[in-house]
Amino acid sequence: MRNERTLNTRALTYFLAAGALLALTALAFAVGRYPVSIGEIVSLMASKVTGSATTLPPNVETVVMQVRGPRVLAALVVGAALAAAGTAYQGMFRNPLVSPDILGVSTGAALGAVLAIFFSQGILVIQAFAFAGGLAAVGLVYWIGSRLRGHDPLLALVLTGVVIGTLLGSVIALLKYLADPYNQLPAITYWLLGSLAAIAPRDLGAAAPLALAGLAPMLLLRWRMNLLALPDDEARALGVDTRKLRTLVVAAATLMTAAAVAVSGIIGWVGLLIPHAARLLVGPDFGRLLPLAMLLGAAFLLGVDTLCRTIATIEVPPGVLTALIGTPFFLWLFALARRSW
Amino acid sequence: MRLSLFLLIFISGYCIGQTAVTDASGREIRPPAKVERVYAAGPPASLLVFAIAPEKLTGWTRAMRPNEAEFFPERYANLPELGRLTGRGNTANVEVVLNAKTDLIVDVGSTGPTLASLASQVQEQTRIPYALFDGRIESTPATLRALGRLMGNEREAERLAAWYESELTQLGQRIAKVTVHPLVYYGRSASGLQTGGKGSINVEALEVLGARNAAAEARPGLVTVSFEQVLLWNPEVILTTDPNFWSSVWADPRWRAVRAVEQKRVYLSPHLPFGWFDFPPGANRLLGLWWAGKLLYPQAFDVDLRAKVSEFHRLFYRREPTAAQLDALLGEPGVLPK
Repeated sequence: MRNERTLNTRALTYFLAAGALLALTALAFAVGRYPVSIGEIVSLMASKVTGSATTLPPNVETVVMQVRGPRVLAALVVGAALAAAGTAYQGMFRNPLVSPDILGVSTGAALGAVLAIFFSQGILVIQAFAFAGGLAAVGLVYWIGSRLRGHDPLLALVLTGVVIGTLLGSVIALLKYLADPYNQLPAITYWLLGSLAAIAPRDLGAAAPLALAGLAPMLLLRWRMNLLALPDDEARALGVDTRKLRTLVVAAATLMTAAAVAVSGIIGWVGLLIPHAARLLVGPDFGRLLPLAMLLGAAFLLGVDTLCRTIATIEVPPGVLTALIGTPFFLWLFALARRSW
Repeated sequence: MRLSLFLLIFISGYCIGQTAVTDASGREIRPPAKVERVYAAGPPASLLVFAIAPEKLTGWTRAMRPNEAEFFPERYANLPELGRLTGRGNTANVEVVLNAKTDLIVDVGSTGPTLASLASQVQEQTRIPYALFDGRIESTPATLRALGRLMGNEREAERLAAWYESELTQLGQRIAKVTVHPLVYYGRSASGLQTGGKGSINVEALEVLGARNAAAEARPGLVTVSFEQVLLWNPEVILTTDPNFWSSVWADPRWRAVRAVEQKRVYLSPHLPFGWFDFPPGANRLLGLWWAGKLLYPQAFDVDLRAKVSEFHRLFYRREPTAAQLDALLGEPGVLPK
């Protein structure tokens, strides 16, 4: 009886989260700096489905299909990816204060992007460098961390991540220092603030498949993921090779985060806050947690980005809003949560 | 003995008699009797000090790259790199400035309280007079004259100031004749979504030209805007300083919906040896005024841009550009309409 009720509440939670996400997505399509009426969006969608020609002004199609649509979808993908990566890491490191960039993926991506800006490259190169930088940083951290024997492997990994992250951060600082103060320095600063303002359809085409590729192993191994929270010897007693599993999780989470950060720049708080909120709602089981975290992450970032692009003539950096909303929310969650991790 | 005493009195009298100049931050600057070596704290200052008296410039804030150096006489292009001295982003070490046997420090640009207090502090530390001047385009003649007085090069400075003034007057006369003002968007960075709001130093050239800045409603300073916002403004002309943005704009279906792209009126500002349109925010932007004037108001600006470039280079960079250099500057794709 009791079990049935929790099952029902849980189903309701998913249902509400999915409903909220859909409603928010519809709203996000309907608002923006360029006025497009709901009727125009509906008739555009209808014409896309039926393949018939429209009488709509061409700018409406450009806004919806080229600008706002990709941006809405990118917010969903980036939000879900950051939340999923955060969920995986928080489970693996058995620590609710871990975020996706604990192993240096964001700092590595930032260094890649800053280098590309420093050498006056175009957007595609900046994104490619950011993606590669994220992967390379985590690769380096993992390689060094797994060679530090005689320590708890997780602790070694986290410490290496922190140390390498700091090192990369100072290289970024050096490049900022050497950058042209009138031109490159603002570009670097804006990239580090994160933004979805420049999203083009092709960014979505590149980031979404990579994020999905990272998601697949997490979904397939969702049951085993719970065992990562156990001490190594216990997990081994249950027949799980934690080292292999950990490598796979790090690779998957890194792929997702690097793909997200490459198109959006650094957007904090999503990967830290959302898994936490989801855990309070459905408990720590990874299989239940992951879908809800992704729904919430997508909705959160979409909501934030919709504000960012509508409240003023100029863009508001999403990282600022996520922190403004995230900090009190996080503290509130923390005060609310009685049950332990 | 008597002679040296006489000299001493004469020199000290001369020093006291030296007129103080009030700089743009309201601080009184008393230069030494003979200013031989001037440290310029940022590129706009370097440019003016160099134009007035190249032999007095102690060094550049950043070593010249070969493609920049070729526009200057060789012995000046190879002056040492001393770093810049601008608030917290200093790359210059005060000891380096001292070691360069500096008689005078000047900065041209913002004259707000932050920079004024930095100037006072450095002046106290080093005992070298540190003067701040306004870097706005329209203040350039006044800044040149004040610099000339401080450096003891009134004649050279006056010649440049008078020329600059007459250029601004000529520009003003042409601008006054313009009746149609196209809506202009200035797009910076690789994405083209950074721009300058009304009153921003980045779009000062647009304001001098009396052009309509699409982003005028944004707050002053460098801002990021959404693409939808640009589409809503739907500018007729886009000016940029970023070659990556200029070349990517044509194939991007989003940008193709903007009038300026549709009508092929997206232009790339030349950037050698100093940028023409936006940065560094110094006297160099005079060329950007002629260039953008020609692009925005082709009828009113029936001027020979090559001659303008040659003249400016001869006076301010102290070397007339070769025909090949002019071809390279003006022939870069995007600089002028095909």
